[in-house]
Amino acid sequence: MKHFSIIFRHELRMLFISPSTYVAGVIFLCLMGGMYWVALQLSSMTDSQEQLPVEAYFYLFWIPLFILVPLITMRSFAEERRAGTLGALLTTPTNALSIVLGKFAAAYSLYLLLWILALAFPVIGWWMLKDFCPDPRLLALGSMIGGIVFVALSGLFYVAIGILASSLTRSMLVAGLLTSCGLFVFIVLGGLLQMLPLDVYESFAWLRAPAEYLSTFKHLENFTTGLIDSRPFFLFFSGTILALGLTTINVESKA
Amino acid sequence: MEEDSNENEEMEEAAFSQSAENDAITVRGLTKVYGSYKAISDVSFSVKRGEIVGFLGPNGAGKSTTMRILAGLTSANSGIARICGISVSRDSFETKSHLGYMPENNPLPEELRVIEYLRWRAKLKNVPAKKVRERVEAVMAACDLARKAQRKLIGSLSKGFRQRVGIADALLSEPDVVILDEPTIGLDPHQILGIRSLIHGLRGNKAVLISSHILPEIENVCDRVIIINQGRIVAAGTPQELRKEFITTRTFSIVSDATAEKVKEIFGVEDCTDVPATQFGRASVSLVVPVAFPTEGMLEKLRLAGVVVEEFSEKRPSLEDIFMAATRRSYDVVNDFRKKT
Repeated sequence: MKHFSIIFRHELRMLFISPSTYVAGVIFLCLMGGMYWVALQLSSMTDSQEQLPVEAYFYLFWIPLFILVPLITMRSFAEERRAGTLGALLTTPTNALSIVLGKFAAAYSLYLLLWILALAFPVIGWWMLKDFCPDPRLLALGSMIGGIVFVALSGLFYVAIGILASSLTRSMLVAGLLTSCGLFVFIVLGGLLQMLPLDVYESFAWLRAPAEYLSTFKHLENFTTGLIDSRPFFLFFSGTILALGLTTINVESKA
Repeated sequence: MEEDSNENEEMEEAAFSQSAENDAITVRGLTKVYGSYKAISDVSFSVKRGEIVGFLGPNGAGKSTTMRILAGLTSANSGIARICGISVSRDSFETKSHLGYMPENNPLPEELRVIEYLRWRAKLKNVPAKKVRERVEAVMAACDLARKAQRKLIGSLSKGFRQRVGIADALLSEPDVVILDEPTIGLDPHQILGIRSLIHGLRGNKAVLISSHILPEIENVCDRVIIINQGRIVAAGTPQELRKEFITTRTFSIVSDATAEKVKEIFGVEDCTDVPATQFGRASVSLVVPVAFPTEGMLEKLRLAGVVVEEFSEKRPSLEDIFMAATRRSYDVVNDFRKKT
């Protein structure tokens, strides 16, 4: 645990002195700002009972992930392996698990920080509009809390995918691309499976339940409407443990 | 008969365990195979506490592989490696706390300042929090980093200073064993002198294993030398012992008015050549005789033959000569073995 905390603090510091972190931060916040504006536009044009702006905002959460997660995780192992500093790290009395957890925790902290900053957009929107459009739905606290809990929970798994991809290669570019592809598969797969006409073909009917279970958007919808279910917790926690376990094995074997 | 061999094996095992506890590094029968390529084969040696040992070998001989196994970065296919009596494969976590290792090419994070990097490494190496500052200052002073380099970004340091940072890192936790893989590679003569005096300072305190291509460096610094070639140990001992074992000739340099032909006639030997004058030395004759050749009265013989001798000296065989002889012999052994099979 002692080494975990030393590595965590060091990694956090390295993230904050890395230009790619600021690039990721700026791109992410610009995208989120734009997306909130789009969400406001959509809410103002459609029936206001249909969807809250905050719900629409969180419903688009996956778009910036393809840029944010690769940018904050691709460096973690790929760069260290390319420079040879990972080997030097493993010559200290530190185990691979502490290194993996330290790097993961640092990347995840940054991920959470950026999402907390992104929550400022609904607050700014509500504050600017409160005089001539005093609508409490602009700042739907329940949806906001549900949305951010979901983002935090799913983020565990997505950041772990990024860390795993980074441990597979020496190239940051390849690590970034692998992360984006991995995220695409996990975020879109469940949704795509649900779109298939599974009820028409009896032999594929069994796929309906797993498709629903894997559907990120279904879980998000539950969270933003205030329904906290234990199944996504199990899904994302087990996925995170699996990805980090594979990363640890990989780091140990390829030191 | 079988019982006897079992007893012998047990006695050998007991003797090995005893020596492993006394020695700082003990390696026995270490073999590492990458696919079909045998990087090292049946490598055995030991390094006593307080001893500085040079590890020599041509490129690809297996030096770095052996060092990486000792550092716990790679596992061997067979054999035993122990640091301070602790098995590297069974308890690498414990052996790492007794070991300071500077890998080949000395990889360092470019974005950190020297002092920041060393503080971080000290914490990782379990240096007590109260002692971190003191230890970092001590190693920076020992490696001459304290004055100019401590606040500089590692990425902006010269090769010499980077090597110093690597050595400082290896010494941070006051380990019992220090392994330095090519510590003087790419350094200028001034920097080499600095590193040499630094390593000299470790004599008697720590067991040091150094690999290097710069043979005079090893000769100057090390108590003992191990030569590895094609993954096998081909020679081990003090430079004097190795000279006796591998050097079969003596070489004399004669500055005189005689040519090589005349010197050949006087001593009745075949291996005698003219060495032309250079910017740094005068023309001379190089005379190579077998070790058993009677060397008393050689100067008198020259005088009696009417040769005016200005200089007469024996060239001491360098470690380079030993290295060449030892590696040549091992190539011959391997080639003979391959021909037979």
